[in-house]
Order: sequence, then C-alpha cells, then structure tokens
Amino acid sequence: MITFDAVEKRFGDNVVLRELSFDVAPGEHVTLIGPSGSGKTTILRLLMTLEKVNSGTISVAGRYLSHMVKGDKLVPSDEKYCREVRMRIGMVFQQFNLFPNMTVRGNLIEAPTRVLGLSKDEANARAQDLLDLVGLGEKIDAHPTQLSGGQQQRVAIARALAMRPDVLLLDEVTSALDPELVAGVLKLLRDIGESTDITILCVTHEMGFARDFSDRVMMFDGGRVIEDAPPEKIFSDPDHRRTQDFLQAVLNH
Amino acid sequence: MSDNLSRIVPVLLQGLPPTVIATVGGIVLTILLSVPAGLLLLSSRRWVRVLVRIYVEGFRGTSEVVQLFWIYFVLPVLIGFQLVPLWAGVLVLGLNHGAYGAEIVRGAVQSVPRAQYEGAIALSLSPAQRMRRVIFPQALVEMLPPMNNLFIQLLKSTAILALITVPEVTRQARDVLIPNYGDDTILIFGLVFLVYLVLAAILTALMRLAERIASRRVGRRPSRAARVAARAAGPGVSDRMAGI
Amino acid sequence: MAAGSTSLWDWDYAFSIIPDLLKALLTTIEITVLGSAVAFVLGLVIAVVRRARIPVVDQVLWALVEVIRSTPLLVQIFFLFFVLPRFGLTLSAFVVGVTALGVHYATYTSEVYRAGIDAVPKGQWEAATALSLPRSRVWTGVILPQAIPRVLPALGNYAISMFKEVPLLLAIGVVEVVNAGRELGSETFRFTEPYTIAGVLFLVLSYPASMLVRRLERRAAVR
Repeated sequence: MITFDAVEKRFGDNVVLRELSFDVAPGEHVTLIGPSGSGKTTILRLLMTLEKVNSGTISVAGRYLSHMVKGDKLVPSDEKYCREVRMRIGMVFQQFNLFPNMTVRGNLIEAPTRVLGLSKDEANARAQDLLDLVGLGEKIDAHPTQLSGGQQQRVAIARALAMRPDVLLLDEVTSALDPELVAGVLKLLRDIGESTDITILCVTHEMGFARDFSDRVMMFDGGRVIEDAPPEKIFSDPDHRRTQDFLQAVLNH
Repeated sequence: MSDNLSRIVPVLLQGLPPTVIATVGGIVLTILLSVPAGLLLLSSRRWVRVLVRIYVEGFRGTSEVVQLFWIYFVLPVLIGFQLVPLWAGVLVLGLNHGAYGAEIVRGAVQSVPRAQYEGAIALSLSPAQRMRRVIFPQALVEMLPPMNNLFIQLLKSTAILALITVPEVTRQARDVLIPNYGDDTILIFGLVFLVYLVLAAILTALMRLAERIASRRVGRRPSRAARVAARAAGPGVSDRMAGI
Repeated sequence: MAAGSTSLWDWDYAFSIIPDLLKALLTTIEITVLGSAVAFVLGLVIAVVRRARIPVVDQVLWALVEVIRSTPLLVQIFFLFFVLPRFGLTLSAFVVGVTALGVHYATYTSEVYRAGIDAVPKGQWEAATALSLPRSRVWTGVILPQAIPRVLPALGNYAISMFKEVPLLLAIGVVEVVNAGRELGSETFRFTEPYTIAGVLFLVLSYPASMLVRRLERRAAVR
C-alpha cells in the first residue's frame, strides 16, 4: 500500500531521514516509535504531502506520491497531482486542527461535499453515522470550541474517516489530551482498527496501545529504521540495544 | 446665539450627504481593493508581489492631499475629462485606505496558524477552497478591529474633500457658516465635531456588530485586547506589534 | 517660463520649480519636527496623568482624547485658526499648524505610551514599591526606561504619518510643498509637474523613513 524507496529528507543541514526504504501492506497497522526528532512525524507529513522529499520516492497504492510521471521522466509532483493522490489519505493531528469557523457538522461535511462531490444529504448522513461511531452523535451542531480536547480529537478522527481514506495517519493523537481522556480515544482507535480494513500508520508514545494495536512496530533512531518487527518481538525481546534503552526509558517514566 | 442655531444646523446638514457618500463609497472601494491586494501580497509569484507592493507603498508613502490634488487636477489632463469632485474624492479615499487595508488583510491571513492550512490540506481541499472556506473566515476576525480604525480614519479624511470644493460638512462650515455667522464660531465648530463624533460612533457600532458575528462564527468572543492593540498600533505599522 | 508648453510633461519647467518646492519641503519638515516634539511630550504627559486616574481630570482627558481622535484634523486646524483669535490669541498659521498637528497626534501617542506602560510587567511596579522609591523615581527610573524603547517604532510611524498630513495646512495658508506647488501651478497653469514632484518628494522621504522604522520594529520584536 505504501512504499518508501531510498527517501531522504533534510531541513537545512539537518538530515531527518536517510536512505529510508520500507513497505506497508494493505490493511496493515504499523506503529512508528523512537526518540523525538528521530523522523517519525516527518514520515507522516511526507505521506500527507505537507513536506516534500529531497531524494527517493514515495508511492501509495501503486501510484507515486512524491513524484509524477511526465512523458517518460519522473518529476516532483505538483499541487494538482498531489491533491488527486492525497484524497486516499487521511490524517489526524496532535492538536486536532479542527476548523473553528465551522460547527462539528461543517468540519465533517466540508471535504466530502467539496472534494468528493457528495450531496449535502449524503454528507450529513455520513457525518451523523461517524459521530455516532465516535460517541458524539448529539454534538453534531456544537462548535469545536465547546468540546473537550478528547471530544475534539474524536471529531477530528471522524472528519478524517468521512473521506473514506485507504490510509489513515495518526500523529501522536493523544499527546495533547488530558490523561483521563486518553483511554477513550485509544479505545475508539482500536475499534476502528478492528472494524475496517484501512491501512494505518501511527506515531505514538502509548506503548501499551502500540503493543496490541499494531501488526508491526518500527523503531526509529537518527533518521533510520533500526528495528522492524511484530510488537511481541519488539516489546519483549528487542534485538537492538537502542530499542531496549528507549523502551526502558519510556516504560519507566 | 440660539436664534442662529436654527439657521446653522440646516446648512451643516446639507453637508451630510456628501460626507456620508464619500465615507461609504470610500469604505466600499477600500474593501474591494484591500482584500485582493492583501491576498496578492502573499502570492508565490514574485512579480505579483512586487506589483502590489508598488501600489501599497506608493499610496502609503505619499500624502493623501497630494493624491487628491493629483487625481483632481492632473489626471484630467492625462485622461481628457474632468472628474466629478465627489467621485474623485471617493477614488482617492479608496485607493489610499485600500493600500493600508492590504497590509491589514495580509497580516490577518498570515496570523492564521499553520496547522489550519495543514488540516485543510489533509482533507484535500484545493488552495482556493482552503483560503475561502478555512483561512479567510478566521482571518476576518483578526482584521475587523484594525479595519474599524482604518474606516474611522477614512471618515475623518473625507474632510479633505473640502479642498476640492465638495460641499461636505467641513466645507459647509468653513465656506458658508464661518463667513456669515462670525460670532458663532464656537457653536459652529461644536456642531461640526458632534457630526463627526456621531458618524464615528455609528461606524464603530456597525463594526462591533460585524466583529461579534465574525467572532461567533469561529466560536470566540470579540477580543477587547485586539481592539486596544489596533488602537495603539498606529498607522502603517505592518505587523501587529508584538507585546504592545 | 514654459507656460505655453502643451506637452504632458515639461522637464525644463520641472527642474525650474524644484528649488521652490525644496524650500517648501524644508518648511514641511520643520513643522513635522516641531509637531512631533509636541506630540511626543504631550502624549506622554496625557498617558502618565491618565494612569493616575484622578477623578474628573481623567474623564475630561478621556473625552478630549476621544473627540480629537474621532474628528478630522482639518476641522481642528480650522478650529484653532478661527476660534483662538476670538480669545485675543492671534497666532501665525505656522504656529497654529504645529499646535494642531501636535495636539492631534498627542492623542494617538498617548495610546501608544499607555500600551507601552501596560506592557511593563506588574512585578516591576511591585519591586519598585518594595524598595520604597518615590513615585516620580518609579516613573523616571524604572517604568519609562522600559516602556519608551518599546514604543519608539510606533512613535516613528506617527511622525512619518504627520509629515504626510502637513499639506492640510495649505487650508490656512501655510506654504508647505503642496501649497507651493499650487502657487507655482497657478502662475503657469501647469499642475502636472508641481503635484507630481510633490508626490515624489513625499515618497523619497517617507518610504526610507518607514523602512527604517520597520527595521527598528523588527529589532525590538527580537529583543
């Protein structure tokens, strides 16, 4: 579903990702872990086309994302092409990024009506279903600012799902929440993971969640994947010294 | 004194329509110019930015009186026909304040958090949809308090139309009343001040209403702090002054 | 002179009027400098007095500031020009101009000073009080030295903006740049050159000045 091929990403002199290659199968749930600054979030932002690669290619569902084919050459993708491929990808942000100038309903129907071309009725029905799913059915006409952080994040998840994406990117979605709200959001994500076949890439510091949600965990350090294994293996018997240290630090904090 | 009051007031009120037309016309033109100009100042194309910059700096850098005289006395020579004084005035008011307004619009759009763009990109909205549906409505809340100041400034500037014979309030006072009711200068000026104060109050009330509506749409209360900042920021201050 | 010329732009004429326009520009600058001095000092006084919140005085100052800020400068210029003589005070147009500009802009600068003073952390007042400094010393030694550097860019912007409003004084006969241009033009019936040059003179002075202020602003923001 997702292929990174020798991807390099720099911010100025700072190399965030070096020669990174990996694949994600359709429907797979992959969690990216590692110390901050190791490039995990950058991977999600590259997939969402919020950043551009410096070299290498990224493709999603067999189509290039970072590049497009022009004649017989591969050139960096332009805005129009990006938008086409981007439609298959959804993202939930650490800070929710709900639009404050719209109600919950407005946030949910905006892209389905304007990008997918759904009718108002269809989009509204979809919005209501998704809000019921995330347990906020009665908040459809509320304003984002009237909701708690946990509720806002549920709305943001529903908003991403309203586009029926093939790929869902979760960028530290519980990091900005009060501790008592984290469990609810994680449970929702588990339910979504079980009930759909969406490919999910997830950056998180919640190791318990990573363990039982993921099919695969990738440990990042210094812009490279240093370990890539099923969660059972990573969490109980990691090969790499850095992984052991990292997990110890996170689990005993 | 009071027996003259009944003769002075009607003369002043005759000046009201030109003052109001100039104010409303100037505001409409200001909005029509400042929104596109402000957005174009953020264009990715350099030549577009340079072109709009020339307009903005050209009008902010020269005196409004010079602009008025230029458009009223020089432009007709170039285009071959005389402008109606009132419309020449509206044109200058709009062009001048539109240049200041462009900076307000640009600053307000830039103040919308980056995360809002990213949220809109993640939903595959097109650049135009992002601006129209997500960014601009939020920027609008930011631009209204400084726009209120700008419009008050414009209202006050309508007085300079007296210099090109527009019979608005100030000219009525200066050219009709002062020569005829020399003993009542204080009364006359008191009334003139009152007219502008009332107009300014009406304008502010309307803008507050707009602020309230726009704020409610983004789930906020109108910010008193923003208004105070706009008041203290002054003319030509490009970015809202941080910390002040 | 080139009065008979029918071309759109007459260079000989343009050059011939530059000396007169420059002389008038000097007057404009003088008025700006003096007016700014009045505005900067008076504005500070208003801000500090208003901060004391003396009953009646505060309300009167508030009302005065509001009236002056919300009404046209041109009307205020006429007001001083026509009303002062009724009280036996006949000033030259130049002095009326400086006074009108200075007082008008003082109401703006008082808001700037107020914002600058408000931006000084409350802890500074408390620390100064804890040291038993006399009130005047708190102002001159602690508060103003912190407030004023912050407001310099805004004051600079107001000075530039005042410079561009000096031509309003042509209404009471001050020979500043635009008025000089008008006089020159009415001798020859050519207004294109005088008014265009007047515009250029404003631009070449005020644009670099506002760039300078913007730089000051940015440096203040970094600090």
